[in-house]
Amino acid sequence: MSSLFEQIGGQASVNAAIDPFYRRVLGDPYVSRFFENVDMVKQAEKQRTFLTLAFGGPNHYAGMDMRAGHKDLVEKMGLNDTHFEHILAHLRSTLAELGLKDDMIAQVVTIAESTRADVLNK
Amino acid sequence: MPNISFEGKTYHCDEDKILLDSLAEHGVNIPFSCRGGACHACLSKITKGTPPPASQMGLRDTLKAQNYFLPCICKPITDMTMAAKVQQPMSYAASVIEKSWLNANTLLLRLSKPAGFRYHAGQFINLMDETGNLIRSYSLASIQSDDFLELHIKHVPDGKMSGWLCDSLKRGDDIAFVEASGNCFYLDNDKEQALLLAGAGTGLAPLYGIAREAIASGHQGKIQLFHGALAKEGLYYEDELKALARQHANFHYTACVLHGQAPEGGLQGSIDQLLKQHAGELKGSRAYLCGDPGLVSSMQQSVFCAGISMQEIYADAFTFTP
Repeated sequence: MSSLFEQIGGQASVNAAIDPFYRRVLGDPYVSRFFENVDMVKQAEKQRTFLTLAFGGPNHYAGMDMRAGHKDLVEKMGLNDTHFEHILAHLRSTLAELGLKDDMIAQVVTIAESTRADVLNK
Repeated sequence: MPNISFEGKTYHCDEDKILLDSLAEHGVNIPFSCRGGACHACLSKITKGTPPPASQMGLRDTLKAQNYFLPCICKPITDMTMAAKVQQPMSYAASVIEKSWLNANTLLLRLSKPAGFRYHAGQFINLMDETGNLIRSYSLASIQSDDFLELHIKHVPDGKMSGWLCDSLKRGDDIAFVEASGNCFYLDNDKEQALLLAGAGTGLAPLYGIAREAIASGHQGKIQLFHGALAKEGLYYEDELKALARQHANFHYTACVLHGQAPEGGLQGSIDQLLKQHAGELKGSRAYLCGDPGLVSSMQQSVFCAGISMQEIYADAFTFTP
């Protein structure tokens, strides 16, 4: 039985998902303000790391980094559960657009869901 | 089995084994994190030989062109030499051959090109003042085939380096600089691809180099250059760019001013918004964006939302330090 990451298509699939995912996020005015004035080249690297993690790929998930990285967004800009839901929805749509089967989408969303407490500094 | 050289020693490495692991067995520890080509923590450079294409997966084209690769996904095929982690940068001595004003606060500086100095159009060099203690980065506006190096210097109020360059340095004086670097440069790997060049102020310098290099390389795709300034007085090189547009049908120049009336053929407004409205269909294009960090990030979002892939956005954000 191959891993989820292998079934999805590995790092090549991660790389293919970055643009459509981030374009959906920026196109959503409810969450786009959190990404204003960020450097897109650095942002692309962060998206790659996040998507690799969510796809069940090789990662050294550092919850503390995830907390520190979102701390200001939570405290100063009001990042909350609803925003997190929007990101999950964009992730779902991206995966469907790339042709992933429902059960694989569910597995990816479950992994992404596991970062919620760290992202929202709960 | 290939031999991999690193920091003066050579290691015999298995073709079927990940290079990061082989080197670790030999006692060479490259910093890494994900071990899967995702995080780029182990990014290294080959100085002799060629990295296997599979080991460059997901890297931007300008990094690939400089032979960067990821040891954590590399199974070596041929002998290679890896660049030392801490490299002593090469420094060069040049002399000032031309100094004139492009507009009220932008200085044109042309330096002699030192023998052996090579660069990609769009990269920057680090100039040193006479004490060698003050160092600032300036983008090259010249191209490799020019026999001089050209820089555009913004005269920063109370700026130590620009003050010295503008007020004290004279034609004929010597000046030292450290080798070229930066990943925002022209690549001739797809001559049909449309190029969007956009920048404000002295952000024109690298874009001017990239445009001229593309034209000199026989680039066939459309090349659009948008140059922004606060007002008409902040523009420069209008005649040169208009002449370039007359000579080359695929090159287009648009001046953009934030305040006051735009010059003939130019546009009035914020350059990031003007790109959205006037750059046309951008899907499949490559963008080069230069200027202050706030403007660069808003231009990045504009062109990304207009359809340019993140991998195809090359940006150089300038900070102006006193």
